[in-house]
Amino acid sequence: MRIGVFVCQCGTNIAGTVDTRAVAQRALDYPDVVFATDYMYTCSEPGQQEIQNAIAEHRLQGVVVAACSPRMHEPTFRRAVEKAGLNRYMFEMANIREHVSWIGQDRAANTLKAMELVRMAVEKLRRNEPLFASEVPINKRVLVIGGGVAGIQAALDCADAGLDVVLVEREQSIGGKMAKLDKTFPTIDCSSCILGPKMVDVAQKENITLHAYSEVESVSGYIGNFTVKIRKKATYVDWDACTGCGLCMEKCPSKKTVDRFNEALGVTTAIQIPFPQAIPKKARIQKDACRYFTTGKCKVCQKICPTGAVHYDMEDREVVEEVGAIIVATGYDLFDPAPYGEYGAGRYPDVITGIQFERILSASGPFGGHVKRPSDGKEPKDIVFVACVGSRDKSVDRPYCSGICCMYIAKQAILARDHLPGVNCYVFYMDIRSPGKNYDEFVRRAIEEYGVQYIRGRVGKIYPNGDRMVVQGADTLLGAQVEVEADLVVLATGVESSRGAKELAEKLRISYDQYGFYMESHPKLRPVETNTAGVYLAGACQGPKDIPASVAQGSAAAAKVLALFARDTIATDPQVAGVLESACIGCGKCLSVCPFGAIQWKTLRDGSRKADVLETVCQGCGLCNATCPPKAIQLRHFTDDQILAELDALCA
Amino acid sequence: MSEKNERQLRIVGFLCNWCSYGGADTAGVCRFKQPPLLRIIRIPCTGRMDPLFVVKALAQGADGVLVSGCHPKDCHYAVGNFYARRRLELVKRFLPFVGLDPRRFHYTWVSASEGQRWQEVVTEFSAVIQELGPNPGIGADTPMETAGQAASAFA
Repeated sequence: MRIGVFVCQCGTNIAGTVDTRAVAQRALDYPDVVFATDYMYTCSEPGQQEIQNAIAEHRLQGVVVAACSPRMHEPTFRRAVEKAGLNRYMFEMANIREHVSWIGQDRAANTLKAMELVRMAVEKLRRNEPLFASEVPINKRVLVIGGGVAGIQAALDCADAGLDVVLVEREQSIGGKMAKLDKTFPTIDCSSCILGPKMVDVAQKENITLHAYSEVESVSGYIGNFTVKIRKKATYVDWDACTGCGLCMEKCPSKKTVDRFNEALGVTTAIQIPFPQAIPKKARIQKDACRYFTTGKCKVCQKICPTGAVHYDMEDREVVEEVGAIIVATGYDLFDPAPYGEYGAGRYPDVITGIQFERILSASGPFGGHVKRPSDGKEPKDIVFVACVGSRDKSVDRPYCSGICCMYIAKQAILARDHLPGVNCYVFYMDIRSPGKNYDEFVRRAIEEYGVQYIRGRVGKIYPNGDRMVVQGADTLLGAQVEVEADLVVLATGVESSRGAKELAEKLRISYDQYGFYMESHPKLRPVETNTAGVYLAGACQGPKDIPASVAQGSAAAAKVLALFARDTIATDPQVAGVLESACIGCGKCLSVCPFGAIQWKTLRDGSRKADVLETVCQGCGLCNATCPPKAIQLRHFTDDQILAELDALCA
Repeated sequence: MSEKNERQLRIVGFLCNWCSYGGADTAGVCRFKQPPLLRIIRIPCTGRMDPLFVVKALAQGADGVLVSGCHPKDCHYAVGNFYARRRLELVKRFLPFVGLDPRRFHYTWVSASEGQRWQEVVTEFSAVIQELGPNPGIGADTPMETAGQAASAFA
């Protein structure tokens, strides 16, 4: 084989701590290497041209590029060598940036390490074989998981393009967190007025199938052809018959049910439609609150329902959907302030969270939009907002900034002053983070136009004094301790990953970080892709995000799906297992370990049975390869020979 | 012997493409400094790890072998790392029987986001290998009691 080696300087990223010239020079000593050079930026257009010229000039049959991580540029270089007439798999990368130059300063040690990594890549390449992809048809339906604003946007964009969309929502209604908001920053747009029409669109689009109050049970298959099992949880109301008239809610005798939509600030009935704009606008019985389910007697709703929709014997039901791509938009949850015992959330009724205050402000909220405090219903004269509750605090394992709290505090303070012009608003903050279009101007408005008093410092303690609360904290600008008396304290709780995010990630085989936020393919350049082909991310499931960013990602994920679906077939990865029949002993171990059922029996003419790989089903994990006793089944591009050759290059 | 000590120590790393290889990339992007002993071989999944690779590496003179993949339950291929966990644990216990020091072999789980954890894993294991010094090869430096302990762990 004639091999060419290209060592990238990556500006000074690599050349700064690796002698790239020496690495290229050394490569000429390795077997089969007929050409080696270093280059300023190998991934650039002229850099790729250099490779292509060298392939022609030196009649190269294989190429090694020593540069950044193959997770970054392997596809780029594969395309480049393919353009020059080589098979795209006659190419190897040595990672001398992320794994060498960026993690050590010792130039001699780095250069030696880079040389060895190139040597390993050359030895592997010498054993590479050309591989060819096959094509499988794409099922052009898309599943969107999560019906918050990001998921709604993604579903609508896909539906507008003519795709069949399946939307799964865990709660009874779509709308997500945004549906609970009164107004949105920095425009003070009414949240339900801008979200409502989109929710109605979802209900009316004929090509959107909505499974509300449902959860994803399992996911199998791969890009282009996923099979998803969805559990439709029992609502005890036949939603095909329910008209959403609300008669059952009027008559239900269990009127003391905690209203979860109103963040436990009010009560509702056991049979309920969570809020007036709910989509679908259908009733559901909350089993643990229902008189019939707890005592065996009642059935008022069943008697009163004009369409006979109530069925107490309803059970969970499973539906199976076949889709070609999945958009995950499962959003976030809010931090539970209980670990901050000194703030007394849960102990004092007038210490509430930001989302609770949002419901208080809302006209459809527990107090009809009148700003009152939960304990005695009095209008507050002084409100204190405490920022960074569960954000930027290592002691509660939330070292990250939630990004939205600074802005929602400013908005809530402005709205409080709008509702009650005499009210005094104080904000305890660490820093104000307002990097968005018109965001900082909005905070300035809160301070200058609305007279909200910002105090830079953390709150140490909140305790009651008569029917008021005393907020003790530091003013770090004054360098003094301050105490503010307040009627109502709002804790700006931060963003955390959605309940159940990890379990869902495991079903989807996507990765998540230590806080449960999903990992994107590349933090800058592939923000809505995951490392599992065909699965995309949108919204706060990937990390804290405000509404505009979530909507943008919803559209971005939809665009990715549309790009995927623009073709009728998809090329499968040819790095799959293959069987050397003469060596196969027919033991069947590979069949039993394969996680994808990609191996089946095949009977030869002499009657012996041999393993046979379904190449379009095989995902290339190599489990069978490691399991096979006579090593008859080999994972192409990662064969025993190739891995041992890398090892030999290093150890011999 | 002194000549052997001066030889640069080498650790062979077998890293799963989806998690730990990405974790090592993340560590690089964040410029988390690490000792230069490690040479990484990329594999699609720790389920691809043939126990033979570990034994061969140590028998051929690698001073340490590090295998790292996705956290259990977070495997890109659903179950690959479960198989890996069983096999690698057995390999570790088996090494003394063939005269290899089990302290030279370590396996762990690092996700693609855990750059810092990767730095810790590499630094700690490099320190272990530096402490042990060059690998004398099969049979030479396995104290009998280590083998004995391993044997009783099996029984």
